[in-house]
Amino acid sequence: MDFSIVMTGFVALYVFMLAAFAGWVIIGNVPAILHTPLMSGSNFVHGIVVVGGLFALLNASTPLEQGIGFFAVLLGAGNAAGGYAVTDRMLAMFKVSGAENTHKSHSHGHARRRAHKKS
Amino acid sequence: MFILASQLTIGAADLGAAFLFLYGLKRMSSPATAASGIRVAGVGMVAAVLASFLYVFSVDAAARPHLMINIGLAVAALGLGGAGAWFAGRKVAMTAMPQMVAIYNGMGGGAAGAIAAVELFGARTHGVTQLVVTLLGALIGAVSLSGSLIAWAKLDGIIKQPWRVKGQQAINAAVIVATVVVGGVIVAAGLGGERLLLAAPTWIWIFFACALVFGVLMTLPIGGADMPVVISVYNAFTGLAVGLEGFVLQNPALMIAGMVVGAAGLLLTMLMAKAMNRSIANVLFTNFGTPVKSKPGAIQGTERPVEASDAGIAMRYAASVIIVPGYGLAAAHAQQKLYEFVKLLQAAKVSVKFAIHPVAGRMPGQMDVLLAEAGVPYDMIFQLDDINAEFADTDVALIIGANDVVNPAARTDKSSPIYGMPILNADKARQVYVVKRGQGKGYSGIVNALFYDPNCEMVYGDAQAVLVKMIEAVRSLGLAVAA
Repeated sequence: MDFSIVMTGFVALYVFMLAAFAGWVIIGNVPAILHTPLMSGSNFVHGIVVVGGLFALLNASTPLEQGIGFFAVLLGAGNAAGGYAVTDRMLAMFKVSGAENTHKSHSHGHARRRAHKKS
Repeated sequence: MFILASQLTIGAADLGAAFLFLYGLKRMSSPATAASGIRVAGVGMVAAVLASFLYVFSVDAAARPHLMINIGLAVAALGLGGAGAWFAGRKVAMTAMPQMVAIYNGMGGGAAGAIAAVELFGARTHGVTQLVVTLLGALIGAVSLSGSLIAWAKLDGIIKQPWRVKGQQAINAAVIVATVVVGGVIVAAGLGGERLLLAAPTWIWIFFACALVFGVLMTLPIGGADMPVVISVYNAFTGLAVGLEGFVLQNPALMIAGMVVGAAGLLLTMLMAKAMNRSIANVLFTNFGTPVKSKPGAIQGTERPVEASDAGIAMRYAASVIIVPGYGLAAAHAQQKLYEFVKLLQAAKVSVKFAIHPVAGRMPGQMDVLLAEAGVPYDMIFQLDDINAEFADTDVALIIGANDVVNPAARTDKSSPIYGMPILNADKARQVYVVKRGQGKGYSGIVNALFYDPNCEMVYGDAQAVLVKMIEAVRSLGLAVAA
């Protein structure tokens, strides 16, 4: 039995089409207030490219391929880790303001301190 | 046996990651669940990265002798790239968020381009379709890398002026045509296996060089105001490049994640372009912001200055205030002071709201993030369509570091470059205060008719310094009342 995935032209196009549609619908519902975290969040998601970089690097057989593969993993890892770090920081702030809405002035100081600790 | 188990594990981890990405993005569509959304997606990422080390059980025969070195390189690259970006992302100021997003985005594009380079140099692609898709992904990824780096340099203030020369569009067109032709040569060489003037690797180098140059040329002429569109475009580009390389590597997780981001980026780009009443092509390929010669006598009146303290006290006795923040607020790091001032007003029973234009700042939603950082609850923040009708019934509109997004010329002056752009109707408020660094135009070079309106007064100075004075003025008033 073989579990490797083989995708030819049209199957790939179906996958692309459905994924693009899913992305469009999911993002279409995001309120404007969340556009920056959303953008850096989707930025983080394409950091999955690091997996492709790892595949390329592990299969490298010449110094040139190793060099470029190293570069690919380095950049991909930076994309993923950095994208996560900034998105998490921003979203933590939004959560805080949400909590503040329910118990107005009372929780404010507490919330700010937490936001600071996060960053 | 090992190969089978490793393939199964990788497949399951990637499937799980793709699901968690979609589910995470879905959770990010509401402020209440957004914070958990990124964590959900993070779990998927960690699982996929760890599982991909199982590729060692099924590497190419040619790579087997190098396996230990490759694993070492992989761990080092993950550690270096991951840790470096992580700490930078943790430390960076919220005001610098647009350039951070630009740089991380460029890294993703560069990674996609590098993967394509490995496939091309190793001649691993099979058939025309794969080769063409690899080249397409390489082109888009490389443009995204160099373009994002230029965007970062512009946002960070390293490149201060848009760089424009005569015939720029012709140069850009020539470079992209050259890139496509070189790509065609690589495909032809791959098909016939024959050498065309130069060896195949040389053509590959030329291809990447052309693509990188094109990214630079395309981004250099674009002005600061158009950065929200540019960042969205490159986000979509990187997503697309990742998706295409996912097809080349036969990895559906990359295909799905890349395409989802590509579609999301396209949607955001269209929203931003719509908010400026311009097409995406117009933003990317025309030199917006070339200083416009204003017709002499077109605008009557003068800009009238007012003391910060007087403006502050006037707002203290107003019933309603709407604040319009712009890039100047971010540049002065004044968001905390602004909220301090707002809380004083609220304590004096003044109704305060924030009005955000979709393209205020340097990336979509930048103002929302800055206000959130300062602790402003998000139910005080309103978007263009929701608040525009309220200005007419408002005592004071306070404009801080915003310019073009409140220029009434967009409604009335057909000769204005921003004619037709939806604006915040701040000029309809009974009194308008504009906090601005000094006299003169916004970077788009367009005269703002609002500044000459009889109901408008100018508070000159750095936003932070002005707000400190306003806070002092209102505080001293409060003490006097109490005593």
